[in-house]
Amino acid sequence: MKVPGKMLPKIWVYMFKKPVTVCYPKQRLTPPKNLRGKMKFYIERCISCGLCARDCPSTACQMYEIDGKKRPVFDLDYCTFCAQCAESCPKDAIEMTAEFELAHYKKGEAIVK
Amino acid sequence: MGSFACVWNQMVRGTGVENIDPVLALIYLLIFPGVFFLFAFSLFTEYMDRKLYARIQRRVGPPFLQPFADLVKLASKEDIIPEKAEGFMFTAAPLFAVAAIFAAYLYLPIVTTTGLHSFNGDLVVVLYLLMIPTLAMFLGGWYSGNVFGQKGGMRVASLLFSYEIPFFLALLSPALVEGSWKMADIVSFQQAHPLALVVTVLGFGIAVVSLQGKLERLPFDIPEAETEIVAGPLVEYSGRRLALFRLARDAEMVVGAGLISVVFLGGPMPLLSLQPVYLSWALGGVIFLLKTLFVVLLLILIKSAVARIRTDQMISFAYKWLIPLTFVQIFIIIIIRYFGGI
Amino acid sequence: MARVKLPIGPQHPALKEPENFTITLDGERVVDVDIRIGYTHRGIEKLMESRTYTQNLYLVERICGICSYAHVVNFTQNVESVLGVQIPKRAEYIRTLVLELERLHSHFLWLGVAGHEIGFDTLFMYTWQDREVVQDLLELISGNRVNYAMNAIGGVRRDLSDDHRKKVLEGMDYLEKRTAYDKEVAINEKTILARAENVGILKPKIALKYSAVGPTVRASGVTMDIRKDDPYASYAEIPFDVITTDTCDVLGRIVVRVLEVFESIKIIRYLMEHLPAGDVVMKVPRKIPVGESISHTEAPRGEDIHYLRANGTERPDRYKVRTPTMANLPAIAEMLKGSYLADVPIVIAAIDPCMGCMDRVLLLKEGSETPGDIIPWDRLRAYGIKWYAERGWKI
Repeated sequence: MKVPGKMLPKIWVYMFKKPVTVCYPKQRLTPPKNLRGKMKFYIERCISCGLCARDCPSTACQMYEIDGKKRPVFDLDYCTFCAQCAESCPKDAIEMTAEFELAHYKKGEAIVK
Repeated sequence: MGSFACVWNQMVRGTGVENIDPVLALIYLLIFPGVFFLFAFSLFTEYMDRKLYARIQRRVGPPFLQPFADLVKLASKEDIIPEKAEGFMFTAAPLFAVAAIFAAYLYLPIVTTTGLHSFNGDLVVVLYLLMIPTLAMFLGGWYSGNVFGQKGGMRVASLLFSYEIPFFLALLSPALVEGSWKMADIVSFQQAHPLALVVTVLGFGIAVVSLQGKLERLPFDIPEAETEIVAGPLVEYSGRRLALFRLARDAEMVVGAGLISVVFLGGPMPLLSLQPVYLSWALGGVIFLLKTLFVVLLLILIKSAVARIRTDQMISFAYKWLIPLTFVQIFIIIIIRYFGGI
Repeated sequence: MARVKLPIGPQHPALKEPENFTITLDGERVVDVDIRIGYTHRGIEKLMESRTYTQNLYLVERICGICSYAHVVNFTQNVESVLGVQIPKRAEYIRTLVLELERLHSHFLWLGVAGHEIGFDTLFMYTWQDREVVQDLLELISGNRVNYAMNAIGGVRRDLSDDHRKKVLEGMDYLEKRTAYDKEVAINEKTILARAENVGILKPKIALKYSAVGPTVRASGVTMDIRKDDPYASYAEIPFDVITTDTCDVLGRIVVRVLEVFESIKIIRYLMEHLPAGDVVMKVPRKIPVGESISHTEAPRGEDIHYLRANGTERPDRYKVRTPTMANLPAIAEMLKGSYLADVPIVIAAIDPCMGCMDRVLLLKEGSETPGDIIPWDRLRAYGIKWYAERGWKI
């Protein structure tokens, strides 16, 4: 006959241990290095080919006229952080950092130029 | 004031609290260990319940004042009576529950061998009063006019048949050991013979399990199973009435656990006579608190180790296992009394 | 009591996603079930026709959060077979690794959800803590905890370093210990057995008649697993067993999933030890030539079929997805008949419903047509284009 309560021994042990919760924001976990966070754009390497804007799945990356040349502007409200732009760029002008705390108050505030 | 003292002494003649200052009696009634203490203690047991449950699951759990904050928040929300509900019974059900619990509480011996009032048979009265919150929940669900509420109310009523009987029978056993229905006599008997606990250990276990069913906690919380019946009979309650129901449920846990600790573990025993009298009250209160918290700890351990069982499984569990075991316990007691000649 | 029609859903605490089961009750027994879906239809198939293949990679991921990688693998396999290319071996191994890690995370998630449905919150919390180990590994390898954009057409986008391999193997050791404990609890805990044994019976003949897939049908004794029947990625080279039990009830499904976790751990260890060296991606042209292709994989919930028709441009012509939950839904109606009301949530949860993946069908009543008419695809498409054009939106 099986008695209910098979988990009792483990329960008794765990009752006295510390919880496994990470009390964010007082404690933080370090993200791994290749986490796809906010992107960094090196404007000096850009050749205005437009491949990043063509391949962006969510129209977050669009080409605009800046200083006479076409440059990409990334709108983080639409970005899915897929890093396809970083891959398509032939000159490695876009790099994904590990910055992920990107909340802001107004729409249109988070732009990477 | 003198006439009040006269009336008071007349009322409490024959019980343990006679010849006590009426002011002290009022403090007993209202503050400690009266209404205010019950209120505070039930919030504290809810805190302990949720915190230990969380720690068992390796989470952090709520802060200390969380149950109080929940009650305050609920009481400040809008109180809606749905169209199909009957206003009077809908409002009266939570009030019945709270009133019955507080009345039952006043009979428990917390600080001395007697409660505020003690007579032969008060154990039975407390047991009956403890049944009223369940009935109030059934009424509340029935009169709420919602299909889910009615189904939940019917489940509550059908579960009454399964765990009330073992609860009553299990609490019968210490009364059998002592030979009287008066809780004061049971407590003094246990003070005189501390080994009486060993004889009733089986009844203690059965009483704890049936109390878990009475309080409708896991594994017996079918009426309020959130994944199936969307909060059962309480589904249409909101605001102050829901706050009253929750308070009634917490207080029921305290009174039920307190009843078990009084009847099986001896309540405020060992009693030391200290002067002035409120010091001995304080010591008795602390001991009662510790014993009740021990019973609540057992309830929490049961809650976290098992899954929820179905209505029909619960009824068959009660009739196949709990009730026969109570018969075994009563049989043991009869044999020991016959041979021991106590 | 008279027969009562009780609606479970679309908003109900028992269901994680919206769908409607209108059950007819006779007392506490379920007599009949009427299912309605369509609450999370997002029009993904239509959306895919207006995006290029590279953009579609990320759209296909988001069909589902839990079985997302299976959909992406299907998509890339479709495109690669239309192109006629063979991806490098290392890429195949990495794809299989992520597929199996996803199966692990999905099964742990399911164990926790099933525990929660029967009221066993402690099991819920413990299995989800184990799932965190898998999520951390996935974040390390792919950069994201869900919707890991790991695939490119022609291989995978990221490579595995030796440090990753070590961490994966450590994670597997930890998980094996914890799963052994979970298996003990799931099989021997009396209250779980009371809720799950002989509940939701699905006999093998009925399961095959209603084309059930995945662990649902494997718990009825039918050996049906795409990884063995029609191997894709690198499954043809890996030795593993297909788990079946023959109890045909919810307990069987629990046992099948727990044992599949052990099999996945075995597969991952084999992959880590035999990872071949080489490239991880190969260059493919942007325009895909005319062709059709079908690809199917074993998602954690069952068999997932995708169909692609390419017309020589950068955008697909037609893409069709059939997810495993869609195949299991008619079987639910059979399982629920004759069970108690209290068993309905656990039976529904036992097939691991993923309504987000599944919603693909809507019954439309257009204008003056008699209700219940089924509208053919081209008329629906023309209607949609007209509707958008009236509002001035370009597709």
